Amino acid sequence: MSDTLLKKVWDLHAVRRLASGQTQLFIGLHLVHEVTSPQAFDMLRLRGRGVAFPDRTWATVDHIVPTDGQPRPFLDAMAEQMLASLERNCREFGIPLFDLDSADQGIVHVIGPELGLTQPGLTIACGDSHTSTHGAFGAIAFGIGTSQVRDVLASQCLAMEPLKVRRISVDGALGGGVYAKDVILAIIRRLGVNGGVGFAYEYGGPAVDRMTMDERMTLCNMSIEGGARAGYVNPDATTFAYLKGRRHVPSGAAFDRACAWWASLASGPDASYDDRVVVDGSGIRPMVTWGINPGQSVGVDERVPLPDAQPLEARQGLAEALAYMGLEAGHPIAGTRVDVAFIGSCTNGRLSDLREAARVVRGKRVASHVRALVVPGSQRVRVAAEQEGLHDVFREAGFDWRGAGCSMCLAMNPDRLNGREICASSSNRNFKGRQGSPSGRTLLMSPAMVAAAAVAGEVIDVRHVLPAGESR
Amino acid sequence: MSVQDDPRVRRVEGRALPLAGGDIDTDRIMPARFLKAVSFDGLEVHLFEDDRRAAASASLVHPFDDPRFAGAGVLVVGRNFGCGSSREHAPQGLARWGIRAIVGASFAEIFFSNATALGVPCVTLTGDDAAVLTELIERDPSIAVVVDVAAQMVTAAGRAWTGAIAASAREALLTGTWEATVLLTADFDQVRATAARLPYVGGF
Repeated sequence: MSDTLLKKVWDLHAVRRLASGQTQLFIGLHLVHEVTSPQAFDMLRLRGRGVAFPDRTWATVDHIVPTDGQPRPFLDAMAEQMLASLERNCREFGIPLFDLDSADQGIVHVIGPELGLTQPGLTIACGDSHTSTHGAFGAIAFGIGTSQVRDVLASQCLAMEPLKVRRISVDGALGGGVYAKDVILAIIRRLGVNGGVGFAYEYGGPAVDRMTMDERMTLCNMSIEGGARAGYVNPDATTFAYLKGRRHVPSGAAFDRACAWWASLASGPDASYDDRVVVDGSGIRPMVTWGINPGQSVGVDERVPLPDAQPLEARQGLAEALAYMGLEAGHPIAGTRVDVAFIGSCTNGRLSDLREAARVVRGKRVASHVRALVVPGSQRVRVAAEQEGLHDVFREAGFDWRGAGCSMCLAMNPDRLNGREICASSSNRNFKGRQGSPSGRTLLMSPAMVAAAAVAGEVIDVRHVLPAGESR
Repeated sequence: MSVQDDPRVRRVEGRALPLAGGDIDTDRIMPARFLKAVSFDGLEVHLFEDDRRAAASASLVHPFDDPRFAGAGVLVVGRNFGCGSSREHAPQGLARWGIRAIVGASFAEIFFSNATALGVPCVTLTGDDAAVLTELIERDPSIAVVVDVAAQMVTAAGRAWTGAIAASAREALLTGTWEATVLLTADFDQVRATAARLPYVGGF
């Protein structure tokens, strides 16, 4: 019986067993951003401590960044203060910062992989729940709170409970117009928003094997929405090909040695799991959320569920969700009118996401009542997209084309919903008020589905509008 | 929560505030706009701000605005409390409001570790027991609820329920080591030795 990747990586990073029974776990890569770190740096100062491994710590600015090219100082004084605070902390503690004027700036979960900082076999922590994204490379990556950010800064370690592993095998082939976003929404719908508590999700099977790294990142990104603090895919030739030549990845003979080590970490074919789930990938349809958590979704050709058809304990939540969303139980989700279309976020703000969305909108116009924006996940994504002319495709269709940041995923910058606006969004959370208006409404879907909704002015099945004869 | 106080958390006693509903995410506990700050000071004012306003505009009283629950030290919640964002601002706001223990049907993992890291125990009861406790508090908000971390018991109005809390969290709370910095920096040679064994640290 061989071990899972999780077990191997965990054991390699175990410093010691603590009296509490937890493991003191060494963190190979610590990523820092402006929202969850200022208090941690203050706590360090208060305790007279420094940063233990500044060379394993990297920072960028993403959450509060205005994406309209606003010069410094920002109009929002508190946003300016947060960025200034991060700049000062990074200077004082010797931490490299990809600042707003850097070509490397972007959403922390987009730039880590781009720069080759994210690698297989690492333990990765960041004060952000979507740190699970980095698991796409076969890293064990999870979100932490600010007190834990303080601990990692001070010691490069965390006190952690071992995680169980649930193998989620996605069999079959995904149909046209069906993306990694649809796969993870379908998984969360099935296993629930708390089904993954205590687990790391290991994604595998033929459909995952065929996915690009971008798609695997989308999949792992939303593990936390299913309650799993970490999610990962075993590293393979796709992983190594993505990493080759990136700035922080070794080259030459060292790259070959790295690949050999990375390959050795993959879960063995006879590894034992705490749980196994098989999903039929060929049966997954483009998904749309109708409620106020990411588990409340349906296929685009399905209807908003009827409370009576739900288990008793789910009915109250469903009624609350429908009341907030203003959607009718039993009605088709397709045809739901949208006011805003947002393409971006750490879930779906990478180049391949923008390409898929551009395929849908090329030569078309955004519906006159829809406000639409594309926010690339990083400056590098923005530049690459512009080199392909995607910005022109989006602009000609009536989308705003922006700088890199988290933007309307959580609306800590000026991009937000107004009143009860409904947003077709490629982001990760449809919580009440998530997109900046206390009564705003979010429909989560793939970037291609958002693009289709922007053009139609309502939720439609992207499979009906994707140009034929092209394969992605 | 000053570091000079005795950090051991054996038992929390206080009046309680019941909060109905499952899957209450940290965006609801502390909306993102209040994360635009460089300290945690004053967050308690913004707890559930959007939910509270929505309740008020529907002529309802949110439990955090209900004078019957003012000054409560124990929060009673449903299933999967604290899901979503890892923002510590959520438990920070609760702790600063005066919540010293949380009892519920289940907790999201990051929220649980964030609360524990502040010395706030999150104790799990079965859904049915949490519902009975909620009912008792609704009927008489003046009753004292005792969260016994050592015994893993919750008691109120002469009734007692068996609770559960992860062994490691219980140990950290009972011994006052929930702030892990000292523990994690205690043996730095061992940390360096672990790092030195990892092929990527040396560049392969």
